Amino acid sequence: MRFAGFRTLLYKEVLRFWKVSFQTVGAPVLTAVLYLLIFSHVLDRHVTVYGDVPYTVFLVPGLVMMSVLQNAFANTSSSLIQSKITGNIVFMLLPPISYREFFAAYVLAAIVRGAFVGTGVILVSLLMVSLPVVAPAWIIVFALLGGAILASFGMIAGIWADKFDQLSAFQNFLIMPLTMLSGVFYSIHSLPPVWQTVSHLNPFFYMIDGFRYGFFGQSDVSPWVSLGVVSACFVVLAILTLSMLARGYKLRA
Amino acid sequence: MSAPAIRIAGVRKRYGQLKALDGIDLEVQQGEFFGLLGPNGAGKTTLISALAGLTRVDEGELAVMGHDVVADYRQARRKLGVVPQELVFDPFFSVREALRLQSGYFGIRRNDTWIDEILASLDLAHKADANMRMLSGGMKRRVLVAQALVHRPPVIVLDEPTAGVDVELRQGLWQFIRRLNRDGHTIVLTTHYLEEAQTLCNRIAMLKAGRVVALDTTDNLLARFASRVLRVRLSAPVGLDFLPGARDAGHGWVEIPFESYGEVEDMLSRIRLTGGQVEDMVLGEPDLEKVFMGVMHEA
Repeated sequence: MRFAGFRTLLYKEVLRFWKVSFQTVGAPVLTAVLYLLIFSHVLDRHVTVYGDVPYTVFLVPGLVMMSVLQNAFANTSSSLIQSKITGNIVFMLLPPISYREFFAAYVLAAIVRGAFVGTGVILVSLLMVSLPVVAPAWIIVFALLGGAILASFGMIAGIWADKFDQLSAFQNFLIMPLTMLSGVFYSIHSLPPVWQTVSHLNPFFYMIDGFRYGFFGQSDVSPWVSLGVVSACFVVLAILTLSMLARGYKLRA
Repeated sequence: MSAPAIRIAGVRKRYGQLKALDGIDLEVQQGEFFGLLGPNGAGKTTLISALAGLTRVDEGELAVMGHDVVADYRQARRKLGVVPQELVFDPFFSVREALRLQSGYFGIRRNDTWIDEILASLDLAHKADANMRMLSGGMKRRVLVAQALVHRPPVIVLDEPTAGVDVELRQGLWQFIRRLNRDGHTIVLTTHYLEEAQTLCNRIAMLKAGRVVALDTTDNLLARFASRVLRVRLSAPVGLDFLPGARDAGHGWVEIPFESYGEVEDMLSRIRLTGGQVEDMVLGEPDLEKVFMGVMHEA
C-alpha cells in the first residue's frame, strides 16, 4: 500500500502528542495567554502600532506564531531524542519506510501540533480582543512554512543530540532568543537602526512579520520578501534534514 | 531453485580500528532453524543489524529472500522480522496500539485477527489494552516478539530473546517459535544459552572477532568437536592410564571419552580387572558448550 508507512508514522506522531495534550497543547496555550495578559495590562494604554492598532491586538499574531514555531520544534526534537534514548526508534527503522516518508511524517505531525496550539491561542485571545483578518491565505502559508522550518530544525536537533541537555541548549540558546528577538512583542520600526538591521538577519522575524501581515494587511517588510526568505530557509533545512536521514546519520550506524 | 532465506557475502564493517565484521560469508536456507553463536563482541548483533538495515556495512552484500537489503530494502524488510536484543518499548502506547502501529508501518491495515492470534499464542491477550510501561520484563520481551511477527515475515531473527526470561516463559516462547519454524518460517537465533541452540538449531555458525570460525549442522559440530563421556566414581583410586583420554575430574570422579555405547561395557570390565570398584556412574552426551569452547580455543 502506497505511503502506508508515512500515514501510520504521521498518525503515531500525532497520537503521541495528543495523549499528553495537557503538556503539549494546553500548557503552551496557557503560557501564551499569560504573556498576552501581562503585556497587554502593562502596555496596551501606552502603545499603538501601525498607526492605530492597539498593542494587545498587535501582540496576538506574534504570540500565536511564536507558539506555532516553538511547539513544532519541540514536537520533532523531543520525539526523536526520546525514541533514540529509549531505543524504540528501531520500530520505525526496521519497516520499509523511506527517509522521505520519515521526514514528511515528522514534519507534518509537528505542523499539526503547532496548528492546534496556535488555534488554541487565537480562540482564547478572541475572548479578550477583536482580531482582524485581512489576508487569511498569508496566515495559513506562513503558519505552515514556519511550522515546517522549525519541525525540520527540530529533526536536525533531535537526530544530532545524544542527550536531553544538548537538546535544551538548542532550545534555550538558539530557538528562544531568535523567537524573542524576532518582533513578537514589538514592531522593528520601534528599534534603533542598527537593531533593525540585525533583526533583518533573523529568519524568525520574516515568519512572524509575514504571518502578522495576514491579520493587519501591514508589516515591517513586504510579505513577498518574507515569503522568499522563509521558503529559502525551509528548502535549506529540508535538504539538510533529508541528507542526514538519507545517510542514516546517528540513526543507522 | 528458491533464493536462500539469508545470503551474506563478503561483509565487512569497521568501527574505527575495530573490525566488527571481517569478511562474513553465510547462507541460511529457507525453513532452517539456524543458530548464530559467539562470545560478546563477536559481531552477532552487528551482523543482524546489517541484515535489518540498522547498520550500513563497508563492503559486501546482504539479501533476505533474494532481496538486497540496500537496493531493494522495502522488499527485504517486509520479509524480515527482528526481535531486538534490548528491551525497548514506546511508553506512549498500549500493547494493541503498538502492534497496530507496527502493522501500519508495513502497510497492513485491519490486522486485528492476526494480532489477536499472536497475542493469544504469546499469552498476552489479557494485556492487550495495558500500557507498555505496566508490563513486566518478560511480557515486554513477548511484545517484542509479537511486533516482529505482525507483518508475517518468512524470516525471523531473534537476538538473544530469552536473556533474563524465566523458565516458564522461555519454554512457551520456544514452543511458539518451533511452531513458526514447522509452519515454514526460517528462524535465526542468537543466544548465550548453548543448550537452547543445541536443542533448537539444525545448523550453527560460530563467530569470533567478526569472522565465521565454524559453520556446520549441529550434529556434525557435536560429532567433530565433542565426544560422549563415561564418568565413574571409584571406591579407591586406581591407575586408568590404559584407557585413552581418561582424566581426573575431581572429587573421586574420572572422565573417560568414548565414541559408541558398545565401548562402555569393555571399559567397565577393564576397570574391574585392575581392581577398581565403580561406586557411581554417569553417561554424558556431547554438548555444544564443549564444542563452543573447543572452537573458540582453536580459532
